Amino acid sequence: MPNLNIDFAGIKAPNPFWLASAPPTNTGYQIMKAFDAGWGGAVWKTLGVPVINVSSRYGSTNYGGNRMAGFNNIELITDRPLADNLREIEEVKKYFPDHAVIASLMVETKEEWMQIIKDVENAGADGIELNFGCPHGMCERGMGSAVGQEPAVLQTIVEWVMEAANIPVITKLTPNISHIVDPGLAAVRGGTNAISLINTIKSIVGIDLDTYAPYPVVDGKGTNGGYCGPAVKPIALEMLKELTKHPEIQNIPVSGIGGIETWRDVVEFILLGAGSVQVCTAVMHYGFGIVREMKTGLEQFMIEKGYETIYDFKGKALPNVTEWKHLNLKHKVVANIDTNKCIGCDLCYIACDDGAHQAIRIPEENSNRIPEIIEENCVGCNLCSLVCPVEACITMEQRDNGKEHLTWDEKTKANEIPTSFNDDRAGGKHHFVPTVADALKHRK
Amino acid sequence: MSEYKRPTSEIEFKQNFAQKKPLMNPTEAAFESSKCLFCYDAPCITACPTGIDIPLFIKQINSGNLTGSAKTIYESNWLGNACGKICPTQELCEGACVFNHQDLPPIQIGRLQNFASSAAIKEEKKLFSPGTPNGRKVAIIGSGGAGIACACELRTMGYEVDIYEAKSKPSGLTLYGIAAYKITNQEVEDEINFLEKQMGLNFICDHPIENKTQLEKLEADYDAIFLGVGIGATARIGLPGEDKTNVVGAVEFIEELRLKHHHLTVPKKVVVIGGGNTAMDAASQSARMGAESVVLAYRRSKEDMGAYGFEYKLAISAGVESLFNAQPIKIIGNGKATGVQFIKTQVINGKLENIAGSEFILESDLVIKATGQAKQKHFLELIEGLELDNKKRIVVNESSFQCTNPKYFAGGDAVNGGAEVVNAAFDGKMAAQGIEQWLNR
Ligand SMILES: Cc1cc2nc3c(=O)[nH]c(=O)nc-3n(C[C@H](O)[C@H](O)[C@H](O)COP(=O)(O)OP(=O)(O)OC[C@H]3O[C@@H](n4cnc5c(N)ncnc54)[C@H](O)[C@@H]3O)c2cc1C
Ligand SMILES: Cc1cc2nc3c(=O)[nH]c(=O)nc-3n(C[C@H](O)[C@H](O)[C@H](O)COP(=O)(O)O)c2cc1C
Ligand code: SF4
Ligand code: SF4
Ligand code: SF4
Repeated sequence: MPNLNIDFAGIKAPNPFWLASAPPTNTGYQIMKAFDAGWGGAVWKTLGVPVINVSSRYGSTNYGGNRMAGFNNIELITDRPLADNLREIEEVKKYFPDHAVIASLMVETKEEWMQIIKDVENAGADGIELNFGCPHGMCERGMGSAVGQEPAVLQTIVEWVMEAANIPVITKLTPNISHIVDPGLAAVRGGTNAISLINTIKSIVGIDLDTYAPYPVVDGKGTNGGYCGPAVKPIALEMLKELTKHPEIQNIPVSGIGGIETWRDVVEFILLGAGSVQVCTAVMHYGFGIVREMKTGLEQFMIEKGYETIYDFKGKALPNVTEWKHLNLKHKVVANIDTNKCIGCDLCYIACDDGAHQAIRIPEENSNRIPEIIEENCVGCNLCSLVCPVEACITMEQRDNGKEHLTWDEKTKANEIPTSFNDDRAGGKHHFVPTVADALKHRK
Repeated sequence: MSEYKRPTSEIEFKQNFAQKKPLMNPTEAAFESSKCLFCYDAPCITACPTGIDIPLFIKQINSGNLTGSAKTIYESNWLGNACGKICPTQELCEGACVFNHQDLPPIQIGRLQNFASSAAIKEEKKLFSPGTPNGRKVAIIGSGGAGIACACELRTMGYEVDIYEAKSKPSGLTLYGIAAYKITNQEVEDEINFLEKQMGLNFICDHPIENKTQLEKLEADYDAIFLGVGIGATARIGLPGEDKTNVVGAVEFIEELRLKHHHLTVPKKVVVIGGGNTAMDAASQSARMGAESVVLAYRRSKEDMGAYGFEYKLAISAGVESLFNAQPIKIIGNGKATGVQFIKTQVINGKLENIAGSEFILESDLVIKATGQAKQKHFLELIEGLELDNKKRIVVNESSFQCTNPKYFAGGDAVNGGAEVVNAAFDGKMAAQGIEQWLNR
């Protein structure tokens, strides 16, 4: 059986599954339940000067029959007195000495930072997470993402914290910024022991069509919230990679957050260099029990690949994430339809004809609606295989011999790239386009 | 009138006995698994006699962890694949699925279960291994669901296990008794082989335990003995003419059918006596074997039948006719049955009574008695201090499955009087834990 133990910047945990700082970590009661269910760590709901929350706090993006593909909230940091939280941290550590309890903090002045760090250390927290992320409410008061978006301010606060802290410090970043490396570098330069990301993304999930107010509606009004859940995973993975590939940041442990729900998500974050993962929405949807799917899946993956610890594959995908200009222009795939599986929905046809490259036709003589790929036109974009509702019905097949390699970068150096508007070297020259008559044949 | 032609080849047999729960394809599995809500404290789990973590194995299918899914299933139920196919899921897990409350079809739990477990079987995934030998030995009598589950569970704890089986193949009624359209012989055997390979099960077939000397030897050689003997042959009902040649018990009929397939000839006119699930299975299968007419005769009303509604519907859809309030009084014919004489019944003041003068005869060249199986009373009485209840079921402690003779443990049909394979699988597993606890006391 693989060993899931981790040492994350000196914070030890029985496994990499941590709860993100959010409602699931509001109380000691919840965190103890979570540890019992199999979670290895928890980042306490952000502590600070307690707030007052509004009623009606969450909104969601449903997709088809699926609820909460994306989730947004306008909640602030903890609204419970600090003393209650501290007492409960102590209690949790008493029952679960080997699990990681990390205190998330957000305060304003240097004095407040000094005080609260001492308090959580005394309560027995294993680490501190600095919340520079909230993109709603707290930022209006100069905290949260307001700090995360100002690298210089962020660095100063990290420096204050590093002066005072005796336990590992994780800096949590906001994704509401165009270059995640800037706050990442600021955190590293400020001396942080680790980074975590992402916090939520500024969002409006919808408008009520009767009251004309954005969700979640608070007495006829609303405000932007923070977006999270499965929909944000791709954004989180990208930002994670930006940090884990950066020469000045790559040696700093990063805790991956954003849209994690299944073992597969967990493995993907680790493959891009995460040293632990944090989860909020999946728990808010399914409860702590969701961890049993992640855990059994991670273990099965490790058994099948022969890995003993997560460090055996941490970051293993990073060498394969490169810049566009280094991709092989000689690689060629084309779509192939398994006619035995095809159910004739013709989504692939219309996706390609209207939405892509006119490389699929429906033979006129055929009554079963099974389309055909026009290989000469197929640019290998994947679209049809992505829309096809049947498992493994459209597959992308390699057509190059695998021996040739030529990149944009190499082409540029060799002066072989198109440079004028009507350059003969254009990639799409000679690409077949149907006629005007074809375009208008359905006109009534 | 039956709609099936008599099968004359294995291919035709397979067509007539097309599987009620065919294997899902990957698209169906992806769609179906994506619909499960992952309910908290899910009612489907509670409704499964073995308590399989259903939302977990379904989510594992959906997230592409098929092997983990199979592991989840087998961790609770050593006959996970067979049960997915043969469990009356409408009455169990699927009947409890929350979707029923919004008039939506429930998640197809049984078929999803098979999707995962059969993949593991086909790819020979090693999910479990025997525990480190603990030096203890247990004898198991009977290799039905109960015996196999007990054996597998004991093996994980390091026990040496010998399974004594009277028949020439392991599996009990899973192989010999279940309707052929619910599971194929190959599927049953593949699962047993799969378990045998990873758990190292020692089947000693063609080896009935039938006398005191054998029992004493087992008692001397083993630390504990598990009785998974099921129930016996079809009981006599004491009907005049019952001994005529073409009067058979349902269990015996089905066993022959499972073994011979199209080589078994079912004559034109079949009468099945009984109103339970076994009667439905016998009638359904007679129709599928091409009998021209199959009449299901039950002495009480339709509402009183013990069979599940869906099993009755299945029989009717196979072309079976039903006859209610008809009490058989005699089998007629000269050495060979040619018909059954019935008398009509009605309920008067809550009592079933025959209606005088209402006798009639139904022609028949095969009479199938589905009126209950005899218990293994004779055999069980050879065991000293083994208490049986008034229905001749073995009395056990309800959590440890230990018998009144403490060396013995028991489970399955022999204890519950005849339930489902899934109950046998649960009992066997629990009994193994009971044995472990008792030997470590
Ligand atoms: C017609 C019919 C249809 C059924 N359909 C279904 C169904 O669709 N779904 C479902 O879940 N259940 C069904 N059942 C019930 C199910 O088959 C039983 O509940 C289950 O098989 C019980 O398992 P068991 O291990 O207790 O006994 P069995 O499966 O009966 O196994 C007992 C084994 O012990 C052996 N044995 C007995 N005595 C001795 C001895 N003295 N020495 C050595 N070996 C011995 C027998 O040969 C047999 O192999 C059906 C039953 C019948 C009769
Ligand atoms: C209701 C809610 C409240 C949150 N509160 C906090 C918080 O107090 N501190 C914090 O650092 N992040 C907070 N977050 C952000 C989460 O910790 C996490 O970064 C984000 O939700 C992305 O993870 P997910 O996709 O798994 O939900 C909150 C998120 C939600 C949904
Ligand atoms: S989830 Fe709980 S707190 Fe929130 S609205 Fe429902 S009952 Fe109220
Ligand atoms: S999308 Fe898939 S199923 Fe639909 S027509 Fe195309 S190949 Fe067939
Ligand atoms: S009750 Fe139905 S929806 Fe809920 S977990 Fe079980 S199978 Fe899934």
